[in-house]
Amino acid sequence: MSLLADQLLVLVMLINLVMLGTSRLIFSIRAVAVQGVILGILPGLIHPFSFHLAGITAGIILAKGIVIPYFISNAVRKAQIRREVEPFIGYVPTLLLGAVFTALSFAFAEKLPLAPEHKDLLFVPASIATLLTGFLLLTTRRKAISQVIGYLVMENGIFVFGLLLTEAMPVMVEAGALLDLLVGIFVMGIVINHISREFSSIDTSRLQTLKEE
Amino acid sequence: MLYALVLLPLLGALCAWIVPDNRLRPLVLPLIATIHICLAAFLVGNAPPPSPGGWIWLDPLGKVVLLCISLLFAVCAFYAVGYLSYRQERSNRVLCMGLLVCLSAMGMVTMTQHLGLLWVALETTTVSMAPLIYFNHNARSIEATWKYLLLCSVGIGLALLGLLFLAYSTYVAHHDATLLLGPLMSIARELNPAWLHAAAIFLLVGYGTKMGLAPLHAWKPDAYGEAPGLVGALLAGGLVNCAFLAILRVYQICLASGTEIRFFQQALLGMGLVSMAFAAVFMARQADFKRMLAYSSVEHVGILAIGLGLGKGALYGALFHLLNNGLTKGVLFLSSGNIHRSYSNKTTVVVKGALTRLPWSGGLFLAGFIAITGSPPFSPFISEYTIVSSAFIDGRFLVGSLFLLFLVVVFIGMALTVLPMVMGAPPAEVEASDYEDRLLTVGPPLFMMMVILVLGVWPPEFLVALLKDGAAMLGVQP
Repeated sequence: MSLLADQLLVLVMLINLVMLGTSRLIFSIRAVAVQGVILGILPGLIHPFSFHLAGITAGIILAKGIVIPYFISNAVRKAQIRREVEPFIGYVPTLLLGAVFTALSFAFAEKLPLAPEHKDLLFVPASIATLLTGFLLLTTRRKAISQVIGYLVMENGIFVFGLLLTEAMPVMVEAGALLDLLVGIFVMGIVINHISREFSSIDTSRLQTLKEE
Repeated sequence: MLYALVLLPLLGALCAWIVPDNRLRPLVLPLIATIHICLAAFLVGNAPPPSPGGWIWLDPLGKVVLLCISLLFAVCAFYAVGYLSYRQERSNRVLCMGLLVCLSAMGMVTMTQHLGLLWVALETTTVSMAPLIYFNHNARSIEATWKYLLLCSVGIGLALLGLLFLAYSTYVAHHDATLLLGPLMSIARELNPAWLHAAAIFLLVGYGTKMGLAPLHAWKPDAYGEAPGLVGALLAGGLVNCAFLAILRVYQICLASGTEIRFFQQALLGMGLVSMAFAAVFMARQADFKRMLAYSSVEHVGILAIGLGLGKGALYGALFHLLNNGLTKGVLFLSSGNIHRSYSNKTTVVVKGALTRLPWSGGLFLAGFIAITGSPPFSPFISEYTIVSSAFIDGRFLVGSLFLLFLVVVFIGMALTVLPMVMGAPPAEVEASDYEDRLLTVGPPLFMMMVILVLGVWPPEFLVALLKDGAAMLGVQP
């Protein structure tokens, strides 16, 4: 089973690179949805079955795989944009950076004092790589929607690490965290809408009226 | 009983959603706030024992924060009725609901002993405040909302990673992974030090962003500057204190571990001094008085962090300052909101002679400035004095002198903005506005100013005992 889990984690890391390389927003949103579904399947593969686990799986797939992508693609439709244009750093350089970060996260995870039963799994490197990809998207993209996607990828990275501890996290806390994420993205979607109405663009580099003179 | 503190505001939010009339709706706020503060006062006096699972317990640290939040919210609720009567052109449904949901989540922050639940509640406060910053619906406020939402969400995401590291450190140490404060503290000495160290860093960065410690404060001037005065008051006095409580919880675990606390205190001291320095630099020649208040908030979270970083006697000062800063910021934001409303402008270029034009609001703003910069007889003087004197008693001369130096620079910088604002004659060309000082917009901050004065001259005994209990939980020998 852990072999399958590792293969899925490799897929998660590949999706990271796909997202760094594409300019089409709808494509990125689908990719992040697939990533969310994989995150939902993973806990069932490494922990024995329980109702707690089934609930988490259903919750993650519903929230990250369906509802959140729906919110974001809604915002994309309303703002009427299809592509991320001119990121602060181009696609090829960020893609290369992403690859370097992924390699580094493997090297770094080697050094971490992990519990012996987690040493051979890919969870920790995948988590760090996804987290860093999220940061890369957050800092290099201009469009507000790309930044939301970056935030989601970062959250996914944190979730991958959390999967090691699924048993420890009470259902209430997990449900609360998912719900907060959901509402957060919902509010961000509304804000994006207002940004596009106010500035007739969702380019966040235009948001610079507020600064120190 | 404790659950009522969480459920009651939610019920109020539901009411606010149902009430169709824009004039009647704000009345829900003072109604709920009055019940809330009565309940809070009763529960602080007779706290129920910890819940069976140990998840819910109102301990002395939680009590201090709860008192501050409940009082501040009550004052803001009465003020809101007066304020919103001037803003009838805009629906206040979202504002009323957001305030009440936020109150509910803040109540949860104060009473939970489970770090995961604490995180969920803190994130809820972040999200529920976002639409309120956007109340004015213009380009500037949308920009502020976006920065606030994205930076705080990312920051608090990092705090979640820190929590997971903390749980993992118990797992590596062959204990059942847990995030309950009590069990964590009892096994803190056996936790894996490397993971604990990583957890402390991530939690400090995450909650520090939410609290607005420099250099993680980038969202603060924008959000405070663009939000309506009463939202600014709750951000600066409510959310900041909730985030500080989260840092106090991390501090408790670091303290119990025995080894991690040295690093954590050093980090807090460093960030605290950097915050004060940032505030001192940016406060000077700040033309926008709401942004100036934001930098003052950066300064005061710095003071809180320094109090915590010094430990020992300064802890009492830090806890007391939490209360004082929250209430004084309330006075400043509410009165600055009035001034803003009257002049339809928030820069010192236009706003002059507020004391003549608005004797009450101008006077309160001036008194708030005198209090927040640490002048006697107001209570921030006592808490700041406690912190700085404890620094010198412990022989931390460098920290103490820098602290004093920054206080002086901030005082001068703030005076250069505040004094021209309130003194002198109002410029003739300012058009008249429909705003005038009324009981509901001046009474609430005036009441809060009295509280600050009383706390400074004669702090009630129960409060002193409560603060001492709180400091004892942070490792001060009683």
